[in-house]
Amino acid sequence: MINIIGIVFISIGLFFDFVGCLGLVRLPDVYNRLQASTKCITLGTCSILFGAFIIHGFEAAGIKALLCMVFLILTSPVSAHALARGAHKSGVKLWSKSVVDKYAEDGN
Amino acid sequence: MKSKIVLFILANFIWILLNWIPDSQHLLIGLLVSLVVVCLTGDLFVKRVHLFNHPVRYLWFLYYIPVFIWECFKANIDVAYRVIHPDLPIHPGIVKVKTALRSDTAITFLANSITLTPGTLSVDVDKENGFLYVHWIEVKNKNVDKATELIVARFESILKRIFE
Repeated sequence: MINIIGIVFISIGLFFDFVGCLGLVRLPDVYNRLQASTKCITLGTCSILFGAFIIHGFEAAGIKALLCMVFLILTSPVSAHALARGAHKSGVKLWSKSVVDKYAEDGN
Repeated sequence: MKSKIVLFILANFIWILLNWIPDSQHLLIGLLVSLVVVCLTGDLFVKRVHLFNHPVRYLWFLYYIPVFIWECFKANIDVAYRVIHPDLPIHPGIVKVKTALRSDTAITFLANSITLTPGTLSVDVDKENGFLYVHWIEVKNKNVDKATELIVARFESILKRIFE
């Protein structure tokens, strides 16, 4: 039973990871791609790790999986922010159909 | 000094979790290494130590976790829908929102929460004036105040109670 629940979580995680990668290919510019990759891959990988935690329980491997979840949630938004800011500062344009760019309007 | 103690306890706690099940040799090495780290960088870790004494803040933090997970889950369904949909229904843009939060930790948590919630990605922070620049995959409103209501409001009140 515990194995089945764990495998369900791992399957959900694999699905979201796949969607994240698909978004990386389909979406038009760097900012939209960061949206897809950051969100989907954070939750997908966390879900896989949580499935591993459920299967292993409070053993060495399970606790390491929990720690990895915490660090992933703390670090992946920061790296996405750094990439987006760096891209904008080095002059990467937004997609041609973008609605508004307040960041460029404010002269950054 | 108190900042050093907090860092020391936290570092040892994470070290013990990493080396589960702990034994005496691991504990000794952990104590020594975290002592060195604490001597070098202890003052930088927390600036306002008195905040650790308020139990109400911990309760609000516990409340914040399920709210955050739920928003994160909604974000993933949203992005998955947009990516899989054949017409790619996106209207992206960078909008400006304002925040009343001032401390570094609170702004960091707010920016991270914005990045992991539906359709938004924080691009830059203007700390002096309290503005955040947010990339929005589906711009519903270009106005600063309206965008603030839609993006920031759901987290700001909780984070204010935790970190300010």
